[in-house]
Amino acid sequence: MGIDFVIEKFILVIALFAISLLIAMYSTYAERKVAAFLQDRLGPDRAGPFGILQPLADGVKMFMKEEIIPANANKWLFMVGPGLAMLCACIGTAVIPWGQDMMVGDRLVKLQVTDINVGLLYIFGVISLGVYGVMIGGWASNNKYSLLSAIRAASQNISYEIAMGLSIIALLLVTNSLSLREIVAQQHGWHWNVIYQPLGFIIFMVCAFAETNRAPFDLPECEAELNGGYHMEYSSMKLGFYLFAEYINMFVSSTVMAALYFGGYNYPGMDYMATVLGPTWAPLFGTLIFFLKIFAFIFFFMWVRWTIPRFRYDQLMNLGWKGLIPLAIANIVITGIVIAIVNKF
Amino acid sequence: MGTSVFYFVATLSVVFALMVVFAKNPIHSVLYLILTFFTFTVHYVLLNAQFLAVVNFIVYMGAIMVLFLFVLMLLNLNKDNEPNKSALLKIVGIIAGGCLVVTLIGSLKSVAIANPLVLKNPNLGLVENLGKELFGPFMLPFELSSLLLLSAMVGAVLLTKKEEKANG
Repeated sequence: MGIDFVIEKFILVIALFAISLLIAMYSTYAERKVAAFLQDRLGPDRAGPFGILQPLADGVKMFMKEEIIPANANKWLFMVGPGLAMLCACIGTAVIPWGQDMMVGDRLVKLQVTDINVGLLYIFGVISLGVYGVMIGGWASNNKYSLLSAIRAASQNISYEIAMGLSIIALLLVTNSLSLREIVAQQHGWHWNVIYQPLGFIIFMVCAFAETNRAPFDLPECEAELNGGYHMEYSSMKLGFYLFAEYINMFVSSTVMAALYFGGYNYPGMDYMATVLGPTWAPLFGTLIFFLKIFAFIFFFMWVRWTIPRFRYDQLMNLGWKGLIPLAIANIVITGIVIAIVNKF
Repeated sequence: MGTSVFYFVATLSVVFALMVVFAKNPIHSVLYLILTFFTFTVHYVLLNAQFLAVVNFIVYMGAIMVLFLFVLMLLNLNKDNEPNKSALLKIVGIIAGGCLVVTLIGSLKSVAIANPLVLKNPNLGLVENLGKELFGPFMLPFELSSLLLLSAMVGAVLLTKKEEKANG
């Protein structure tokens, strides 16, 4: 482990962090533009050409606003909440393989921060930790509506984590590995996991919507019932952190779905492209394809938000416990039987 | 380096565990308990038991402690409605705690620290090896414990059903 290794990983971590923040920033802009497009409006178009500087203006606004900490709030935890939400959102990208090994000069660079052999479980753990930011913030605000929202978030996350875990088990039966690097490498060319696990993918996607608190499962932020939600008492950049963490979470879950089910950096005809572009540029082209898939998923998140109305709370619980969990278990059993039959012949 | 990291993390575990007991606010107690579990995760990583580490992370930190926090937030405990403990209860508590300490010391005394147990396979904690062990020689106990959990779950569901029937 030489100094060059440390520098390489350092650059990768900084780049990932910057990309996550940049994508989250422009997701806020994209969300408003997509909403405008779906509702036949123009959307933000004042700051810069096509309103492209809008996220910067929003950021400056957030920073300049007056910061209020409620008198009866638990001050320390009130500050920990948004920080925790942001932290959990940012550490998920560490185990994602962003591309094939790349040749830079005569040095082989791995486009992945770290390849732990339980990478998939690590992602799952980070997702399950994400709810603490919401819970602590909601409780520390010392406000009934915030508390209700925090409790909603907690029960929703726990319920959908189960179905998500079960859908991952079916995927593991197919891939035989917990390492994300191997899972993505197995999907070479067009052998994407979504072909073998269509039902698992749908379950995983619905759960991802619920885990990121996105519409139609954004009950913790249900303004009609809760006056705003867990971040009601927050102002200035603390509120900004919560909103920002949601967009980073959306980016991370889009990445995970693209990597697990849609081949990550793999695309049909990649062997041909590798001979044309050479060992330096072909992996980067794969990374570009990966990001296109991620953007497609982010667009899908937004599309759904402006298409499907919010669920009622009992509908949400019924869907989670009585719909998705039995479906996921059936998926595991069927996958197991099919694999046993295929292995037999 | 491994030993110094161990001592650092072990100190943290003990400090956080003590904070769980001494914190006045139950929510703070739970948050310290979460930190204690996090240090346990680090211990598992140091022991090269990666699967156990990540499962501890998901199950204890990610699920069980969320439920703890959830219940405490619903109960909204604070100092005003905390029941007064009588002197008798305190004495009984001290005696019970003392018994536990004596038992722990007694059992730890018989452990020979001079010749520690060495695993035949140091990579036993990795997912692949652990899975082969669990579904090979330990198949029956593993299945039985999962049945035990299932029966507990069915029991819990049944308890909630009974209430519904009485109402309707």
